[in-house]
Amino acid sequence: MTLSYDILQHYWWIIVSLLGAILVFLMFVQGGQTLLYTIGKTNDERTILVNLLGRKWEFTFTTLVTFGGAFFASFPLFYSTSFGGAYWVWMLILLGFILQAVSYEYRSKASNFLGKRTFESFLLLNGILAPVLIGTAVATFFTGSQFSVNLTNITNLTGTKMPVISEWTGPAHGLEAALNVQNLMLGLAVLFLSRVLALLYFMNRINHAEMMERVKKQLLLNAIPFLVFFLIFLIWTLLSSGFAVNPETGVVSMESYKYLHNLIQIPVVAVILLLGVALVLLGIIRPLTCFEKCSTKGIWGAGLGTILTVFALLLLAGFNNTAYYPSTYDLQSSLTLKNSSSSQYTLMAMSYVSLLVPFVIAYIWVAWRSIDNQKIDMKELNNESHLY
Amino acid sequence: MENVDFSLVDWSRAQFALTAMYHWLFVPLTLGLSFIIAFMETLYVRTGNPEWKRITKFWMTLFGINFAIGVATGIILEFEFGTNWSNYSWFVGDIFGAPLAIEGIMAFFLESTFIAVMFFGWNKVSRKFHLLSTWLVAIGSNLSALWILVANGWMQYPAGMKFNPDTARNEMTNFWEVLFSPVAINKFLHTISSGYVLASVFVIGVSAWYLLKNREHELAKKSILVASVFGLWTTAFVVLTGDGSARNMAKYQPMKFAAMENLYTGQQNAPLVAIGILKADSKEAQHNKQDFRFQIEIPNMLSYMAFLDPNAYVPGIQDIVHGNAEHNIPSFQERSEKGKIAINSLANYKNAKKAGNDSLAKVSLANFEANYSNFGYGFYAGRNMHELVPSVPTSFYSFRIMVWLGVHFGVLFLVVLILTLKDKIDKKRFILYTALWSIPLAYIASELGWVVAEVGRQPWVIQDILPTIAAVSQLKSSSVQITFWLFFIIFTGLLIAEVKIMTTSIKKGSVSDNQESTNQ
Ligand code: HDD
Ligand code: HEM
Ligand code: HEM
Repeated sequence: MTLSYDILQHYWWIIVSLLGAILVFLMFVQGGQTLLYTIGKTNDERTILVNLLGRKWEFTFTTLVTFGGAFFASFPLFYSTSFGGAYWVWMLILLGFILQAVSYEYRSKASNFLGKRTFESFLLLNGILAPVLIGTAVATFFTGSQFSVNLTNITNLTGTKMPVISEWTGPAHGLEAALNVQNLMLGLAVLFLSRVLALLYFMNRINHAEMMERVKKQLLLNAIPFLVFFLIFLIWTLLSSGFAVNPETGVVSMESYKYLHNLIQIPVVAVILLLGVALVLLGIIRPLTCFEKCSTKGIWGAGLGTILTVFALLLLAGFNNTAYYPSTYDLQSSLTLKNSSSSQYTLMAMSYVSLLVPFVIAYIWVAWRSIDNQKIDMKELNNESHLY
Repeated sequence: MENVDFSLVDWSRAQFALTAMYHWLFVPLTLGLSFIIAFMETLYVRTGNPEWKRITKFWMTLFGINFAIGVATGIILEFEFGTNWSNYSWFVGDIFGAPLAIEGIMAFFLESTFIAVMFFGWNKVSRKFHLLSTWLVAIGSNLSALWILVANGWMQYPAGMKFNPDTARNEMTNFWEVLFSPVAINKFLHTISSGYVLASVFVIGVSAWYLLKNREHELAKKSILVASVFGLWTTAFVVLTGDGSARNMAKYQPMKFAAMENLYTGQQNAPLVAIGILKADSKEAQHNKQDFRFQIEIPNMLSYMAFLDPNAYVPGIQDIVHGNAEHNIPSFQERSEKGKIAINSLANYKNAKKAGNDSLAKVSLANFEANYSNFGYGFYAGRNMHELVPSVPTSFYSFRIMVWLGVHFGVLFLVVLILTLKDKIDKKRFILYTALWSIPLAYIASELGWVVAEVGRQPWVIQDILPTIAAVSQLKSSSVQITFWLFFIIFTGLLIAEVKIMTTSIKKGSVSDNQESTNQ
C-alpha cells in the first residue's frame, strides 16, 4: 500500500503535532519542579513531591527524544535549519534536560558530590528553561525566524561561503526569538500552564492535608497569569498576518488574518481548539469550586484540554497551505510541509512504524495502572525500596 | 576550499567525540547489567530463594545510578546531529532520521516504562509481572542499541539509497537494505556483546572487592558465578563478531583497515602484526614509512583474516592514496577530480533546471550520476590528498589494545569461573586484585573500539560521500568552543558525582531485606 505524498506529509504533521502536544502536557513535571519549595515546606514534604515527579520525568524526557526523532525522520530540513540555526535556544533547552536527568536519581544519595541543594536548583533551572524556551520556539512557527535555505549551496566549492544548506541570519543564533514579545507571551503561558498542571497532578496523587491547602491556593495564582498570557498570544496570532503558500507554485506570501482564516476554513481544528480550551478551563475551575469531590479529576480535564489545544495550534501552523517554519529574512526560504519533508518512501515506511504507537500507549497505561494504585504520603514512601 | 572554517569543523568534531565518548562510558554497563539482573531475578523466581532477590536488588541499585547518567548524556547526541551537523541532517536525514525515530518509539518507551515497574513495583505487582518487566528493560535497552548502530553502520557503509538531485539529498529506496546491511548487523552484535563483557567484568570486579574485604561472601560468589558464565559466552561472541568487523572493514573501508594495520605498501601474503611499536615519524606528511621499532608477526595472517585467503592482496595506504593500476585501485587524485565533476554537474543541473534548459539538465544529470560514487572526494579537489588519511598510530594502537584486552578478559572469566566452582576463589588474592583492576580496563577496551571505528573513518561522516567539512552547521567556531567546554565541565562534574555515589553504594553493600521478602 502507498498513500499519496500529500496525505503522508499531512499525516506526519499530525503525528509531530500530537507528540508536541503530549510533550507540552507532560511538562507538568517541569512545572512541578518550580514548585518544590512553594508547596513543600519541610524535607518530608519535598521528598513526597520529588518522588511523585521523579516517577514521571522519564516520560517527558522520552517524549522529547521521540518528538525530536520523529521530526528528524519526517521533516529533516526543519531539523537541520532550526537546530543548526537557533543553536543557543536548543542548547539551553538540552542543558536543562541533561541536568534534570541525573538530579532525581542523585539528589538524595549519599556522597553525591554537588549536594542536595545543587540538584534541586538543577530541577528549578530545567523547570523554568524548558517551558519558556519550548513555548518560545513553538511561537516562532507563527512569527518566523531569520534564516535562508539554499539547496545548491552544497555545491559551493569555492568563494566565500561554506557549502552549507541552511544559514541562520539572526544575530543571536536563536536567542533573539525570546526578545519578541509575542513569542514570549507563549513561553510564559506554557510556564504557568505547566505549573497549573503540576498542581492538578498533586491534587490527584498526594495524601497530605496541609500541602493540599497550599496547592489549592497556588492554583488560582497560576491559572490567572496563564490565561492572560495565553489569550494575548492567541488573539495576537489570530489577528496578525501569516505565511501563506501557493499550492501550485510553492511561493510564500504574507496573508492578513491567515491563522484566523485557517481556523474558519478547517472547522475541525476550530472545534478541537475550543474543546481544548474549554476542558482546560473546566479542569481548573472544578477543583476550585468543589474541591472535595472534584480535585482528583482536574488533571484529566486540563491535561486532555492542553493536548487538544496545542495540537490544534500546531495544525493551524502547518495545514491549509501555510508555511510552518517561516523565514522573515527570506520568505521563499520558509519551510512548508511540501519542501521540507522526507521522501514518500521514507514517510510510508515510517507510517508503518507509527502503527506501533497505540500499542506503546496501551502498555504504558497498563504498567502505570499497576503501580500508581494509591495516593502517596510519607507512609507509603517509607515502604519503598527505591527512593529519590 | 578557502571557504571552509577548519576550526569550526574541528571543534564540532571534538564536541561530538566528547559527548559520544561520555555517553559510551555508561551505555555498555546498561546493556550488559540489565541482562545480568534479569538472570538473577529469574533465578529468584525459579528457586524462591530470597538471597537471589537481595542480590538482584543490589545490582539494580547500581544499574539505576548508571542509567540516569546514560540517559542524560544520550539526549545531547541526538540533537547534535541537527545543531552541529545540519548539512548532514538534510543530506542523509531521509535515511538516517528513521532509525532515530524508531528507536524512540520502539526502544526508549519500552525501557523507561518498565524501568519504573522494575524499581517501584516490587510490592505492587506479581512476581511474574515484575520479572517480565526486568526482562523488558533488558530487551528495550538492547533495542536502543540496535537502531543507533544501524544508523552508524549505514554511515560506514551506505546502502539502500539513491541521490535525488532535485532535493539535493540521499533518499531511502530500501528500508531492509539499511536495516540488514552486513555492516550494521555485525556492528550491532559486536557492540552489544562488548557491553556484556564489560558488565561481566564490572560485576566480577566489584564482587572481588567484597571478597578482598572479607564481606558479602554469598552475594559475591553467586554474582561471580552468573557473570563469569555470561562473560565467557559473550567473549566468544565478541571475538567472533570482532573478526567479522575487521573483515567488513577490509572490504568496505580499506583505508581504515590499512591505517589500523600500519600497512603502507600493499602486499600479498600480508603478515599480521600481533604486537608492535611504531617509529614515531610514521605520521609524516608523505606517508611512505612502514617502520616498526619492534614487532611480532604472524605470516600470511592478515591476508587470511581479511579475505580468508593467505595469498590475498591487501592494499596499503600508499596504494589507496596514489592508486594502484595492477590491482585496479583509483588514486585519490582521480577520485577527487571525478568528485568535483559530480559536484559541479549537480550545480549545472540545478541551474539548468531553473532556467528551463532541459537538454543541459539531462546532460548534467548523466554526468553527475556517472561520478556520484566519488562525490565526497570532490570537496578535497586541489588539496593535499594525504588529508584523507586517518591517524595511523591512533588506529594501530587502539585496535591492538582492544584485542589484547579481549583476550585478557576471556582468560579472566575462565580462571574465575573454575576457582569459584572449586570454591577456592576467596584465597586467590592476586586473581581478585586482577579482577578488580580489570574494571577500568574494560572501559578502556570499549572506548578504544569506538576510536578504531570512528577515527579510522575520518574525514568521512558518510563513507566516500560526505566529509566532515561538508557536513557541519554554519556556526561561529567560538560558539562551538563554548558549548564544548560547557559539556566538558558538566559531564565531568556529573561523572564525578556518579562515581562517588556508585562507590558509596558499593561500600554500603547490599541491605538485607529479609522482612520484605517474607512479605511476599
Ligand atoms: C569490551 C570491549 C571490546 C572488546 C574486548 C573488543 N571489542 Fe572490538 N569494538 C568494541 C568493543 C570491544 C566496540 C566499542 O563495541 C566497537 C566500537 C564500534 C563498534 O562497532 O564496536 C568495537 C569495534 C571494533 C572494530 C571496528 C569496527 C568498525 O570500524 O566498524 C573491530 C575491527 C573490532 N572491534 C575487532 C575486535 C576484535 C577482533 C576483538 C577481539 C578480541 C575485539 N574487537 C574486542
Ligand atoms: C557511543 C559510542 C561512540 C563513540 C565513543 C564515538 C566516538 C567518536 C569519536 C572519537 C569521533 C571523533 C573522530 C574524529 O573527529 O577524529 C566521533 C565522530 C563522530 N561520530 Fe562517533 N562514536 C560513537 C557512536 C557514534 C554513533 C552511534 C554515531 C551515529 C549514529 C556516530 C556518529 C559520529 C559523527 C557524526 C561524528 C562526527 C563527524 C566525524 O568526526 O566523523 N558516532 N565519534
Ligand atoms: C551517537 C549516537 C547516539 C545517539 C543520538 C543516542 C541517543 C540517546 C538518547 C537520546 C538517549 C536517552 C533516551 C531516553 O530518553 O531514555 C540514549 C540512551 C541510551 N543509548 Fe544512546 N545514543 C547514541 C549512541 C548510542 C550507542 C552507540 C548505543 C549502544 C550501542 C546507545 C545505547 C543507548 C542505551 C542502551 C540507552 C539507555 C540508557 C543508558 O544509556 O543508560 N546509544 N541514547
